[in-house]
Amino acid sequence: MLDSYVQAELAALLPPSALLTAPEDTRPYECDGLTLFRERPAAVALPETEAQVAGILRVCHAARVPVVARGAGTSLSGGALPDRNGLVLSMAKFRRILAIDALARTAVVQPGVRNLAISEAAAAHGLYYAPDPSSQIACSIGGNVAENAGGVHCLKYGLTVHNVRRVRALLVNGDAVEFGGASLDSAGYDLLALVNGSEGLLAVITEITVKLLPKPQHAQVALAAFDDVEKAGAAVGAIIGAGIIPAGLEMMDQPATRAVEEFVHAGYPLDAAAVLLVESDGTIEEVGDEMAEIRRLLTESGATSIRVSRDERERLLLWSGRKAAFPAVGRISPDYYCIDGTIPRKALPLVLRRTAEWSKEFGLACANVFHAGDGNLHPLILFDANREGEIERTIAFGDRILGLCIEVGGTVTGEHGVGVEKLSAMCAQFAPDELERFHGVKAAFDPSGLLNPGKAVPTLARCAEFGRMHVHHGELRHPDLPRF
Amino acid sequence: MTDPAIEALQATVRRAAATRASLRIVGGGTKEFYGASLSGETLDVRAVTGVVDYDPTELVITARAGTPLDAIEATMRAAGQMLGFEPPRFGAGGTLGGAIASGLSGPRRPYAGAARDFVLGVGVVDGTGRALSFGGRVMKNVAGFDVARLMTGAMGTLGVITEVSLKCLPRPHAEATRLFELSADESIARVNEWGGQPLPLSATCFHQGLLAVRLSGAPSAVASARAKLGGSELEGADALWSSVRDHRHAFFASAASAAAPLWRLSVASTAPYTDLGGEQLIEWGGALRWLAAGARTDAAKVRTWAQAQGGHATLFRAAAKPVEVFHPLPSTLAALHKRLKATFDPHGILNPGRLSAAF
Repeated sequence: MLDSYVQAELAALLPPSALLTAPEDTRPYECDGLTLFRERPAAVALPETEAQVAGILRVCHAARVPVVARGAGTSLSGGALPDRNGLVLSMAKFRRILAIDALARTAVVQPGVRNLAISEAAAAHGLYYAPDPSSQIACSIGGNVAENAGGVHCLKYGLTVHNVRRVRALLVNGDAVEFGGASLDSAGYDLLALVNGSEGLLAVITEITVKLLPKPQHAQVALAAFDDVEKAGAAVGAIIGAGIIPAGLEMMDQPATRAVEEFVHAGYPLDAAAVLLVESDGTIEEVGDEMAEIRRLLTESGATSIRVSRDERERLLLWSGRKAAFPAVGRISPDYYCIDGTIPRKALPLVLRRTAEWSKEFGLACANVFHAGDGNLHPLILFDANREGEIERTIAFGDRILGLCIEVGGTVTGEHGVGVEKLSAMCAQFAPDELERFHGVKAAFDPSGLLNPGKAVPTLARCAEFGRMHVHHGELRHPDLPRF
Repeated sequence: MTDPAIEALQATVRRAAATRASLRIVGGGTKEFYGASLSGETLDVRAVTGVVDYDPTELVITARAGTPLDAIEATMRAAGQMLGFEPPRFGAGGTLGGAIASGLSGPRRPYAGAARDFVLGVGVVDGTGRALSFGGRVMKNVAGFDVARLMTGAMGTLGVITEVSLKCLPRPHAEATRLFELSADESIARVNEWGGQPLPLSATCFHQGLLAVRLSGAPSAVASARAKLGGSELEGADALWSSVRDHRHAFFASAASAAAPLWRLSVASTAPYTDLGGEQLIEWGGALRWLAAGARTDAAKVRTWAQAQGGHATLFRAAAKPVEVFHPLPSTLAALHKRLKATFDPHGILNPGRLSAAF
């Protein structure tokens, strides 16, 4: 519950329909895409102008009310999980594309604009917005910036941080500030890079300028089957070693392949231990040459079958399986939990082998989809929340995979963010001195700690309590402790 | 895995912190002309050297900050790879740490990305002497704030960079440079139009009525783009691009003289050509304008123009620096800068004044 005077001040800023406080109205905001964690906020505000957002922030700042900014609510790490004493600041009404400059290849958009809507609007100019997280039909660009979202094409075209020119935002006290500009760099520290992936802890984004790219003339995808996961991994190394940066490079293991084939009937080989999807884009001549080389390298690496798309319909069909991997797994299991670690690609065989062992140990099935080009692994742990103890076993299994990601030199989150989900894992990845600097960055922007409190960076107290084996930069901090 | 060279560096920083003595961080010393004041005891980073890890098929290289850029690029070239941001070198002996601390990028920047876009992780010693590590050695990593990119271009004011991990790019299989006789305005319009088409552009440079456009990529893509663009072929174009990158081009030679300060104007790529009282060389598809100031050049007007064009102006190289080197920040941003500086360098001992007179 908000104090009545705070509620009255907020009500004075907004039309009645834009301030929700009744439990039945705030319930839809109690979680985001990570449904394992839920919390009812004290209130939800749905402003539609920057002046209203500034007013809300000033009221909350003065009254020390926590504020959790929320876009489309598709976060997979609980980044938009409400604070029970706080306000959810929904940016859903900021859905206008303000300008598209075809010559400069930029679009100025409000944060609630859907990712895909930008590309749709830019299509008339032969342009598109490159980052394409799998939730792109629903997720909003403000959330993409907050999480530094990736997608299947980021090896070649980069993450959100590489495709955003300018962010306009409000600080916790309501002051407006701009990071970046129309130019390719700006004076002073690179605060534009810092705000990307800051998970709503530093400022509330109100406007974004994104970079648009010319749509490639042509694209083709190859689907290759392997009887062994290591061979598939070696094929990825061979392609990159040959100087090719594919537009997309994805791997799925057998459980994932079987789940998606049952769902989309794309003709994926069910007997393969792993399949690779390799996409080439560019001019017609370029794609022709590159695809011939890719086919040769796949064959040399021991692919048991290779199918190259002959037209756009077939290309989309071959991709449909990968893009439907999460819902497909959702069909074969009552619940699933998506892990998001990144590893050096050479560690893939080890990580998959251990994951398979732990799958048996925990009695939980696991399907793997992998952004193979950039090392971002998404094990999907299958579980049933209604079965006694399965949630706890699932989380323990996931933590163990993330621990291994750190141990092999990787990271606990490649693209989904820390949110509330990976706070403990952060204790394992960073030393106290480093976490302290993160808190310093937070305090530089938000000294009162009101913006999305308790997310992204664990408190040192939490880490001490967590007291787990501390693997840091591949070194064991406490080598005397028994290892799992 | 401790490195005695890094430990020595930490000890120096700790000593300086205890006595509040300023440190001036130096690698190859090739960019001493860049930035505001230099003061304090020299902290030489060159002993922190060597490639730590490089597996070309992972597309990642990790090296200590004092490693010479030349050595890194030779190692990568042998594996058919390169640094995608084409870092400039303004003399022999420039280091990786200097390239990242200055954050400067060469001709390929608008098409491949800037130094900060390739940085995956850094090791730093902060202003209290603590060795910290941010980011990592993998391509995709959103754990924690992006301090690695924050350090890029911070001119050493937030920490002494000791190690850098970078994404690598394959060297293009083919390159060609086309020349066009055009006015400055025509040239700006043309490079922006081409930028919106699926062409393998990798650099542009306009100077004295001549536009040079570099194409890089698969041989077939370069060949078809060449036919499409027209123009005439520039043979031996590498010499042009490296001279533009490293400021050995005739335009920069005159600008380096005491009489003509060199301004760097980073603006919207479509900003119209504007006479600012000197000669200009235009790179980055229109987004970077170098101005060799003339007698009529007015610093305040230069700054006003750059800001109106969505960007900023840096007094890049000058015998005398009567105005702030870097574009003044609005007060809210300046306050954030000061607080970030205090977080990483609470005693204000690392390269004080180099980025801003305020810290």
